[in-house]
Amino acid sequence: MVAVSSMDVATSSEFVQLLTPEGQRLENPEYPLEITPEEVRALYRDLALVRRFDVEATALQRQGELGIWAQLLGQEAAQIGSGRALAPGDMVFPTYREHGVAWCRGIPPEKLLELFRGVNFGGWDPGRHNFSLYTIVIGAQTLHATGYAMGMQRDGAEDAVIVYFGDGASSEGDVNEAFIFAASYNAPVVFFLQNNQWAISVPEERQSRIPLFQRAHGFGFPGVRVDGNDVLACLAVTRKALQHAREGQGPFLIEAFTYRMGAHTTSDDPTRYRLASELETWKLRDPIERVKAYLSRGGFADSSFFDSVESEGDELAARVRAACLSMPEPKPIDIFDQPYAGGSPLVDEERATFEHYQAGFAEEGGR
Amino acid sequence: MAVITYRQALHDTLRSELIRDPNVFLMGEEIGVFEGSYKITAGLLTEFGPERVRDTPIAEEGFVGAAIGAAMLGLRPVVEIMTINFSILAMDQIVNHAAKIHAMFGGQSKVPMVIRTPGGGGQQLAATHSQNIEVWYAHVPGLKVVVPATPADAKGLLAASIRDDDPVMFIENLALYNTKGNVPDGDYVTEIGKAAVTKEGTDITIVSYSRMAAVALDVAKRLQDDEGVSAEVVDLRSLRPLDRATIVNSVKKTGRAVVLEEDWLSYGVGAEIAATIQEGAFDYLDAPVRRVAAAEVPLPYAKPLELAALPDATALVKVIHETLDATRFRR
Ligand SMILES: Cc1ncc(C[n+]2csc(CCOP(=O)(O)OP(=O)(O)O)c2C)c(N)n1
Ligand SMILES: [Mg+2]
Repeated sequence: MVAVSSMDVATSSEFVQLLTPEGQRLENPEYPLEITPEEVRALYRDLALVRRFDVEATALQRQGELGIWAQLLGQEAAQIGSGRALAPGDMVFPTYREHGVAWCRGIPPEKLLELFRGVNFGGWDPGRHNFSLYTIVIGAQTLHATGYAMGMQRDGAEDAVIVYFGDGASSEGDVNEAFIFAASYNAPVVFFLQNNQWAISVPEERQSRIPLFQRAHGFGFPGVRVDGNDVLACLAVTRKALQHAREGQGPFLIEAFTYRMGAHTTSDDPTRYRLASELETWKLRDPIERVKAYLSRGGFADSSFFDSVESEGDELAARVRAACLSMPEPKPIDIFDQPYAGGSPLVDEERATFEHYQAGFAEEGGR
Repeated sequence: MAVITYRQALHDTLRSELIRDPNVFLMGEEIGVFEGSYKITAGLLTEFGPERVRDTPIAEEGFVGAAIGAAMLGLRPVVEIMTINFSILAMDQIVNHAAKIHAMFGGQSKVPMVIRTPGGGGQQLAATHSQNIEVWYAHVPGLKVVVPATPADAKGLLAASIRDDDPVMFIENLALYNTKGNVPDGDYVTEIGKAAVTKEGTDITIVSYSRMAAVALDVAKRLQDDEGVSAEVVDLRSLRPLDRATIVNSVKKTGRAVVLEEDWLSYGVGAEIAATIQEGAFDYLDAPVRRVAAAEVPLPYAKPLELAALPDATALVKVIHETLDATRFRR
């Protein structure tokens, strides 16, 4: 059986767009963007490299080298556009799919693979990168982000928080309570909703009867829908929303209208619940192709530029693959290292028992 | 009698209950078009339509709470929560409402609903998706908590749960879905609250439930064949109500007991079993009651670490040997 999302091109046209799928530059007085060709080339490089990385990670999972992988395919512009709008002091709370935002925060991609390969609990230092750990229980991080933003507010910091979540997550109580808290305390938090049309097999219209960005108005803060496949629009809109938060005007909801071009995760097979024609439609709005068209048509980049980005992508892929395959296996005894920040006599006792238990097998000639 | 999987037994029972009683309906995330995260509801949307097989928004507290309301009206909702881990989001509805409405409304309103949800580790799903928190629910008066280990019990207990007038937490186990066993044909209902002695024995009692009950039975058979140790296996099948008599009677016979449980040791199911045994069979015990449980850490995602943290047959055999040796049992 197949279900089809009814959200069609007509409704999707009501959004902020600064670069059409054909690569034509548009102006929007509310979201002005001055950007040099060099900056657009840098965005192109980001988009292409994170896609290449994502392809490699998917391949690694298929080859049994990662337990699971959540692809970002199709959502590159939403993630790079918003990620590049961040100032160094801003804090990010991601879901499990924000590899592109992680890239913008300077997290080495292999760190993400450590997590999905399962050689440690969380590969990166959230404090160093201002990028929190991945959250898989849907929606929970929106509350963490709100609380973090309230803390920043108390500290008088001039930074803001951005939190990522999905169309499916928008139905969770946690997310709605986060909206209420952020509004009530005027917290400097940007809610960045990537509406990729699907929550695994559940289409967006099961979650909402109105466009999701309109929910914000009911909670008392602004909401806007942006073309999530347009990196320039995502950049401009996110910059403005962050500025709004930093200036003490409180929360902001951005709905990035995009599409999950791949499976939900490597455990999923989307052909079971959606039509291939839907994917074909969205391929015409590919987030990377339009930037390429803009750069080539305007004479801002030639084939040697695109070739060099491609080979850089291949080098990146080779490097992360090699890093992934050489990650040291963790030792079973490591499980007792981190349950408590301050340690615990119970855990110490257990560790000792476990060592004794393992030693027993060693005496018997190994297990 | 047919040999089918645990998954098939659940599916077939849901289907036959939907046919038997028009008040029965299913609700949950991804159960319709997607046919359930673990394919228990395969084909049911096509056969029964979207009124009776409802895909919900991603809101656990929402659909559990709505199911309670529907149950108060006399419907019999069978809710699927993707994994027991997400039942935590619906905890208030389950514990403060489903479990209490009958008592707090003076018995005037019933909540005949079932929450089906799988628990269990060992699937590399990481700490927030691998928990065994059935004991949380087993602690709550007003709820029933069943934990079938075999395809036959999956069928019999699910039918009983759906026909029960009280809220039932029906806890499945991810690692059991593909296991096979004999299942009686036709209408087959297993009484909730009765443990099963799945192997008789005289030397030691192993008390367990769900996936670990299958591990316990395997170990008991091996000990019988390889070492001549006669272990009796008690599969609890229901944690609330708990069949104390079957446990106590078994230990009166064997004088030794080990509990095998997949949850964490402290305050776990084994603690209740050990207390039950010392209250009911203290004078019969030749050795302290031992527990084999999961290491008390958030379950790791890395395979070797996850295996190290979970209880297994090897650990059970070791503790059985220690218990037997402590009582100078000759083996
Ligand atoms: C509380 C909770 N319920 C259910 C799930 C299972 N689950 C994992 S991802 C997902 C869909 C999320 O969809 P959406 O928010 O749109 O994000 P996307 O995956 O599309 O990026 C669900 C239901 C979960 N992880 N946590
Ligand atoms: Mg989505």
